[in-house]
Amino acid sequence: MVNFAGIAEPGSTKNYKTGTWRTYRPVVDFDKCIGCAKCWEYCPEGCIIELEVDGKEVYETDLDYCKGCGICSEECPVGAIEMELEEED
Amino acid sequence: MKRENREVMEGSHAVAHAVKNCSPDVIAAYPITPQTHIVEKLSQFVADGELKSEYLKVESEFSAMSACVGASATGTRTFTATSSQGLILMDEVLYNASGLRLPIVMVVANRAVGAPINIWNDHSDSMGVRDSGWIQLYAESNQEVLDMAIQSYKIAENDDVRLPAMVCMDGFILTHTYEPVSIPTKEEVSDFLPEFDPEHKLDPEDPKSFGTVGFPGDFMEFKYQQHEAMQNAKEVIPEVFKEYSEKMGREYNGLIEEYKTEDADVILISLGSVIGTLKDTVDDLRNEGEKVGLIKVRVFRPFPEKQLIDAIEGARAVGVLDKNISLGNKGALYSELLDSLYNSDITPLTINFIAGLGGRDIPESSAKKMYEKTKDVAERGYVEDEIKFVDLKEA
Repeated sequence: MVNFAGIAEPGSTKNYKTGTWRTYRPVVDFDKCIGCAKCWEYCPEGCIIELEVDGKEVYETDLDYCKGCGICSEECPVGAIEMELEEED
Repeated sequence: MKRENREVMEGSHAVAHAVKNCSPDVIAAYPITPQTHIVEKLSQFVADGELKSEYLKVESEFSAMSACVGASATGTRTFTATSSQGLILMDEVLYNASGLRLPIVMVVANRAVGAPINIWNDHSDSMGVRDSGWIQLYAESNQEVLDMAIQSYKIAENDDVRLPAMVCMDGFILTHTYEPVSIPTKEEVSDFLPEFDPEHKLDPEDPKSFGTVGFPGDFMEFKYQQHEAMQNAKEVIPEVFKEYSEKMGREYNGLIEEYKTEDADVILISLGSVIGTLKDTVDDLRNEGEKVGLIKVRVFRPFPEKQLIDAIEGARAVGVLDKNISLGNKGALYSELLDSLYNSDITPLTINFIAGLGGRDIPESSAKKMYEKTKDVAERGYVEDEIKFVDLKEA
């Protein structure tokens, strides 16, 4: 049975993986990425992760939560993020 | 019967005194005629140090109800009051208050809804929000409305109910009329109404999320819980009335009140302050030998269908007076009575009177006309003109 009035433990939103809502998936070209963090700033879902690839600081999307809005791709100053149609494997 | 200390005061002030003795922690309100005197008096109590409450002067009714939602979620007792367009401006938040199961108590000083602009009494405002998940009580007199305000906290805060409650009093007819009233003292109220201490509340020491999303997999169950709580309220409300009657010495029985209905061929049904006029009318008609009775609907939500069917049984015709109309259909009380009758064992003839819209007076002479019309229906055995506007001017 459901709980009372939808009252939940704090932070439980992270249990809902919203990545399945996505139609387009952001794909980052790490060679082009300059690590400026614009995507991190603009992402409305807060699901951009910082990581290191070949000693270089770059950014990537957490696909468990990314809804595929494409704002990161739109804002990227070097065009390093392509939105690609999700296709069933 | 307990000795009563009676004072003569305006209905709005009577209800403000009662609310004061319930010690609400937070009062958030925006003025609107004819409600203003209620919260004006409460703000005076706070300013004079007679009431220790957080009094929030907000910029709209939407904010008033929003502030009550936030405050109630922290586990505090809250109060607001409004009328007419003010209630409609709260509409969105009303559903949040009930969905979040917050036992906010609000007095609605019933007023017509414009256009045309009209500040006088009818029930269009509160009937328009009857699906918002709030308990709705309708008062006949100033004494009843002040008692209802106190009872409402106990009903709303009951663990098996936990729903917000709307106490409806007729604008001007009650709010601005001076009547002798007996106000329970703070000690008497405290003895009746325990402190509000809910299991779930917003507390930085023990954080919880309120207002979470209800996905399609869960949403219906939450609505079912609210509906179940309304059903529970049908049991809880009479218990609260009984306890109140025992402690305060004023008789309040059930969800409805029957007046001379036992052997009645014709029964009139209504709610609110017009019940006083209808009681006088029934008395006069009884003196003339007419077999007429009256049913007062004290609780409109949850709707007392079983109680109404039991009370109507035996009557040949029923006339329902509504101070509202769902334009293009019928009055709210009438429609809901018909709903209840359909699957019952009784089939009285029914007629709906739309009267008193926008503050038009309903004198005893009009009430008598309604009785005559209903009696005529009973004698003919059929209804010719089901929805009748009373005292409508000729074109």
